Amino acid sequence: MTATALIMMIVAMLTLWGGLAAAIVHLVRSPEVIVDEGDD
Amino acid sequence: MSEPKLATREVFSSRNVFILAAIGSAVGLGNIWRFPYVAYTNGGGAFVIPYLVALLTAGIPLLFFDYALGHRYRSAPPLALRRAGKKWTEALGWWQVLVCFVIGVYYAAILAWAAMYFFFSFTEAWGADPGAFLMGEFLQVAETPGVGFDFVPQVAIPMLVVWILTIGVIALGVKRGISRANVVMIPLLLVMFLILVVQAVTLPGAVDGLNAFFTPNWAALGDPAVWAAAYGQIFFSLSVGFGIMITYSSYLRRRTNLAGSGLVVGFANSGFELLAGIGVFATLGFLMQSTGQSMEDVAAGGIGLAFVAFPSIVSSTGIGPLLGVLFFASLVFAGFTSMISIVEVVVAAIQDKLGLGRLQSTLVVGLPMAAVSMLLLPTTTGLYFLDITDEFINKFGILAGAFAMVVAVAWVLRKLPLLQSHVDRVSSVRFGRVWLVLMGIVVPVVLGYILITEIITKVTTPYGGYPTGLLAGFGWGMVVLTIIGAIALAATPWKRATITHVDEDALDTKYEEIMAK
Repeated sequence: MTATALIMMIVAMLTLWGGLAAAIVHLVRSPEVIVDEGDD
Repeated sequence: MSEPKLATREVFSSRNVFILAAIGSAVGLGNIWRFPYVAYTNGGGAFVIPYLVALLTAGIPLLFFDYALGHRYRSAPPLALRRAGKKWTEALGWWQVLVCFVIGVYYAAILAWAAMYFFFSFTEAWGADPGAFLMGEFLQVAETPGVGFDFVPQVAIPMLVVWILTIGVIALGVKRGISRANVVMIPLLLVMFLILVVQAVTLPGAVDGLNAFFTPNWAALGDPAVWAAAYGQIFFSLSVGFGIMITYSSYLRRRTNLAGSGLVVGFANSGFELLAGIGVFATLGFLMQSTGQSMEDVAAGGIGLAFVAFPSIVSSTGIGPLLGVLFFASLVFAGFTSMISIVEVVVAAIQDKLGLGRLQSTLVVGLPMAAVSMLLLPTTTGLYFLDITDEFINKFGILAGAFAMVVAVAWVLRKLPLLQSHVDRVSSVRFGRVWLVLMGIVVPVVLGYILITEIITKVTTPYGGYPTGLLAGFGWGMVVLTIIGAIALAATPWKRATITHVDEDALDTKYEEIMAK
């Protein structure tokens, strides 16, 4: 691949897949809390 | 003060199941066949900048907006917007429901084609000229656009199967049907697509395809049309603004991390699009090399990419049916999980309105939808209906409906601060005022701009060069029909037991208590 195309591919991967990874890590670190929410 | 009692509702068994279902809805055919072409024609590698800006400033904020409405008011769009506002905002909810009705009607046909092409892949049934095979032997498209009832059995039969499966899954309910389908299909889709991409990038010529895809055209960044394309792609791809995310989030427990979940859904959807872009352009690079054509000649999107270019590629790789099988299976899985979410919006809305059980409301909605679909699509003129209706309902149904909803809630009802504090209260990430500015200004301005541009284009140039009568019927007529239908449905009364008005302060207190537990 040409250098510019390669750089843009890496930028896209880092932002989108990196963003996804960061979002997943964040979510795992704030685990789901299930409480009694009453009847509705 | 009495506690607001909202009807008992089905719930997703966990946050993760909801996330998978929301990804299943967002990741659809558009991710695979629309994004790569849109990115390529709008600046290539440079497109990543407006695309990312659009995701962060409009896509994710709109996702939170839908989540807030569905989660807070725990109902499908008509009742959610009624509880958030008044009778006229309920009509906006019904508009979204009717748009989903129309989309479901033709989406079933595309799914049926993809399913048939899955089987065709094993024998390369499309032969030497996939274009001629699609229009001739397979779809038997009538030469003149019009309305006809000459049925094409090889389309009708798989469509019937698609409808039976869709109705079956939805009838089983949120936990047993929708959740299970997504929990199985989304991981499988990812695995299949990853194998496909690995296969694709190892084809000869793949590097040329990726070069064409990622080489930036920086001048494109100065073109407003490129920015509009980025916002349009994010908007259409995320399944926001037409009821799906409102409906799915209405099945969440009250104590659910909305923003945290939404970030995963938003980035997963875009992450999958990037993967699709790499897979599609690597294979197009192979086609370019094997036929000696340029990328401009082979690049395509939509039906042309999936049912013409891809079959040509599968035939010429010489590695057997694997590529085709994986590609069409991915289309089927991505499409089916989206189809479920589209029909679920209509089912949930009718369930709210008529107070029927899950099975009854599924049949009341599913059978008429399937009947209309089976009457109009598997015919020699079905493709014309699909092409025109899809274009008009996307632009003047989904886009116009979302614009109207955002303007209504943000500017007329002025409920954004309430929704912002709702999302922030239950979430681990808080966007506060930033979200208010994005939803109050950026999103309506951008949606309004794209909408006006589309209206001007459609009025000045007849779409696809079709006859005016056909455009008036399937295009404009369909749009007008959804609007009139929405007003009529909003005018019909709710059952007496249905709570159409909620005490917002009492609801806030209830959430405070649940979060304090």
